[in-house]
Amino acid sequence: MTELVLLVDAYLVDALPEIWFGAVMFALAMYVVLDGFDFGIGMLYATRDDEREKETLLTAFGPVWDANEVWVVAFGTMLLAAFPRVYSRVLADHYLLALGFVLALLFRGLGPEMREQRDDERWKRYWDYSFIGGSFFAPLLFGTLAGRWIFDAPTLSLPALLTGVGLVTVSVATGSAFLTAKTRPRLASDLRTYGIIATLVYLIGVVALLTTVVVTDAGGAAETVLSLPVGAIVVLSVVAGGGGSVLALRGKYRAWLVSALGLPALLSLLVALLLYPTIYPPTGLTVREAVVSPLALNLVTILGFPALLLVLWYFKFLYGVFSGPIEGEGYKN
Amino acid sequence: MFSTVLPDILIQGWALQLSPELASRAQFGWTISVHIIFASLSVGLAPFIVYFTWKDVRTDDERFTRLRSFWVKVFAAGFVMGTVTGIPMSFQFGTNFPQFAEVAGELIGGPLAFEAKMAFFLEAVFLGVLLFGQERVSDRTYILSSVLVGVGAWLSAFWILIVNAWMQTPQGFEMITRNGMEVAKLTDPLAAFFTPRMPWMYVHMVNASVISVALLVAGVSAYIVWKKRDAATWNTALKLAVIILLVTAPLQAVHGDAYGRHVADTQPQKFAAMEAHYDTGTADLHLLAFPKSIDAITDPKAENLFTVSLPGVGSFLATGGDFDAEVLGLNEYEENPPVAIVFWSFRFMVGLGFLFIGLALWGGYLIYNGRLSESSRFLKTMIAASPLGYAALLTGWYVTEIGRQPWVIQGELRTSEAVSSTLSGTEATLTLVGFVVIYIGLILVALHVLRWLVEDELRELGVKVSDDDRWYGPVPKVSDDD
Repeated sequence: MTELVLLVDAYLVDALPEIWFGAVMFALAMYVVLDGFDFGIGMLYATRDDEREKETLLTAFGPVWDANEVWVVAFGTMLLAAFPRVYSRVLADHYLLALGFVLALLFRGLGPEMREQRDDERWKRYWDYSFIGGSFFAPLLFGTLAGRWIFDAPTLSLPALLTGVGLVTVSVATGSAFLTAKTRPRLASDLRTYGIIATLVYLIGVVALLTTVVVTDAGGAAETVLSLPVGAIVVLSVVAGGGGSVLALRGKYRAWLVSALGLPALLSLLVALLLYPTIYPPTGLTVREAVVSPLALNLVTILGFPALLLVLWYFKFLYGVFSGPIEGEGYKN
Repeated sequence: MFSTVLPDILIQGWALQLSPELASRAQFGWTISVHIIFASLSVGLAPFIVYFTWKDVRTDDERFTRLRSFWVKVFAAGFVMGTVTGIPMSFQFGTNFPQFAEVAGELIGGPLAFEAKMAFFLEAVFLGVLLFGQERVSDRTYILSSVLVGVGAWLSAFWILIVNAWMQTPQGFEMITRNGMEVAKLTDPLAAFFTPRMPWMYVHMVNASVISVALLVAGVSAYIVWKKRDAATWNTALKLAVIILLVTAPLQAVHGDAYGRHVADTQPQKFAAMEAHYDTGTADLHLLAFPKSIDAITDPKAENLFTVSLPGVGSFLATGGDFDAEVLGLNEYEENPPVAIVFWSFRFMVGLGFLFIGLALWGGYLIYNGRLSESSRFLKTMIAASPLGYAALLTGWYVTEIGRQPWVIQGELRTSEAVSSTLSGTEATLTLVGFVVIYIGLILVALHVLRWLVEDELRELGVKVSDDDRWYGPVPKVSDDD
C-alpha cells in the first residue's frame, strides 16, 4: 500500500515536472522536424510545372504526412495533460493565430487528397493552390505564435515574425533535403538549390532573431541568449547548415538529410532553453507552478511513456516501408 | 459616396456580431457536428474494411477486391476530412473555452493525450500502409494494418467518450485552488475514467456509427443495384448491410431505452427537458407529439401538445418500474437548457431509430424471399435513407450536449464561465463565419467525391453515366421551349 500512497502524494521522481517539460518539447521537436519537411514539400511543389514531377512530390508526401501531423495533436494534448494553464493561455491569448494555423493545416491536408479525386485541370489547379498556400501559412502562423509565446511579443513584431519566417525557411530546407534523397538526379539537383538558399536564409534569420532579442530584451530572454548553451546551439546550427549545404553540392543527399533534420531539432532545443524555467513568459508562470498534481502526472507518465515508445516504433516501421527512391507516381521496389 | 457607405457597413457589421459566448458555442457546435460525421464514418466503416480486406486477401474473390478498393477510398477521404476537422476541435478547448481546459485539465488532459498517442497515431500510420503499401508489405502485414486502423478508430472513440462521459457524470476529483483558480484535482483515476455514463455512451455511439455506415453502404449499393440489377458485388454489399442492420438497429432501441433510464437517474434536468416535463410529479411518456400552436414548437410544454402518451410511463421509465414515481420538473431549476431543441431532437432521433428497424425488417423479409434486388421500391427507399443514420446520430448528440446546458461540466462549471474572457465578439464572430463557410465547402466536396466514386464504379460496370456533370458553376440552361 505504501507504493500507492507514494503514487498519489509525490511525483514518481522528483524531476518529473521537468521531465514532462522535456517530453512536451520533444513532441514539439518531432512535429517541427516531421511536419516541417511536409510543409517544405508543399512549398517546393509551387516550383514544379511538370505533372510527373508533381506526382513524384505527392508520392513522397502521401503515406507519411497524416501521421506526421498527429504530432501537433500529441504536443497539444501532452501540454494540456501536464500544464493545463499553459495550454489554455497559449491558445486563448493567440486566438486568431491558432485558428488560422489549424485552417492552414486543413487546406494543406485536403489539397493532395482531393486533387487525386478527379482528372480535371481546373479542379487540380485549385487543390494545388490549397496545398501550397496551406503549406506556407501553417509554418508561418505556427512559428509566429511560438514567437509571441516565447518572447511575449505582439504579432507584428520582429521576434514573432522572425520566428515565423525561421520556421518557413527551415521547412523548405528539410523538405528539399528529404526530396533530393528520394528522387532522380535531375529533379534532385534542381530542388537542392532551393534547399541551400533556404538554409542560408534560415541561419541569417536565426542570428537576426537572437540579435533582436538581445537588443530589445524581448520576454526578458536577453540573458539566456548570451549564455553558453544557446551559443553552442547557434554554432551547431551553422555547422549543420553549412556542412549540409556542402554535402548537398557534392550529391551526398542522405548525409545532407540527416544534418538538415538537425536544424529544426536544434531550433526546438533553443525554444526549450529560452523558456525554462518559465513556461509562459507573458505571466512569468514557471514549470513548477503550472504542472498538474502528482497523481495526474504519474498516471500520464505510466500510461503515456510506453505509448510514446510504441509510437516511435510505428514511425520506424512506416518510414521503413516507404523508404527508397521514388520514380514518377510510385515507389521503386 | 464610399465615405457614407463604408461606415454604414462597418456599423451594421458591428451590430451583427455575436457575443463571445454565443459565437463560441455556435462555432464549437458547428465544427463538432461536421467532425462527428467523419469520425463516426471511420468507426463504423472500420469493421467493414477489415472484413473486405480479409476476404479479398484470403479468397481472391473479385467481389471483395472491388468492395475493399471502393470503401478504402471512402475511408481515406473520410479520414482526411476527420483529421482536418478534428484538429480545430481540440484547439477550441483552448482558444474558446480556456477556463474549461484549465479547470478540467487533470481529468481530460490524460485521456486526450492517450487518444493521440494510442489511437490517432495508430490509425494514421497504418492507414498510410493500407493506402499505399499493398505492394510493399506481406499479405499478413497488410491485413494486420487494416485491423490496426480499425482498432485505432475504436480506441479513439473510447478515449474521447471517457472525456465526454466525465462531463456528463463527473467523479474521481476534488476542487482545489491552483494559481488563484478553482480547478479539479484528480483523486481517483478509475472513477474518473469509468464514470457511470461511459459504458452507456460507448455502446450507443459505436453502434450508432455502425448503423449509420450500414445505411450508407446499403444506400450506395441500392443505387448501383438499381442501375444494374445483376451487379454481383453490390448485391453482396446490400445484403451484408441489411443483415448488419437487422442486428444493430433493434439493439440500439433496446439499449437506448435502458440508457434513457440511466439519464433520468443521473441528469434529471436533461431527462425533464427531453420530455418537456415542467411540473414535478408523475410523468407521462409522449410517444408522438404534435404542436397545438407555433408557440408549442419553439417552447414545447407537455400541456400544450397533442400527444399520444402512455400515462405514467415517463415515471416508469425514469425509475424502472414505478408508474406513480415523482419525476423532477423543469420548474425546479433556475436555469434550463433550450427545451425545444432537446425535446424535438430526442423525438427525431427515436423516430428514425424505429424507422431503421422497419427498414431492416423489410430488407430481411426480401432476403428471405430472395427478392432483395428486385424491389425497386425497397432500393429507392434505401437510397433515400442513406444519410438518415447521420441525422439520428447528430440529433442524439444534440440531446446529450444541449440537454446538459447550462453546464459544461454537469453541476460543476457553467458553459458561460468556461468561455474565454480575452475573446472579443468580433474575433469570435469572424472565425465562426470562417468555419461555417469553409465547412460547408468541405461537405459539398465530400458529397462530390462520393458521387464520383459511385459514377466510376458504374462506368466499370458498363452503365452509361452522363459526362456533363461539371463540378463548378451552374449547368448552362438549355431552353426546352423549342
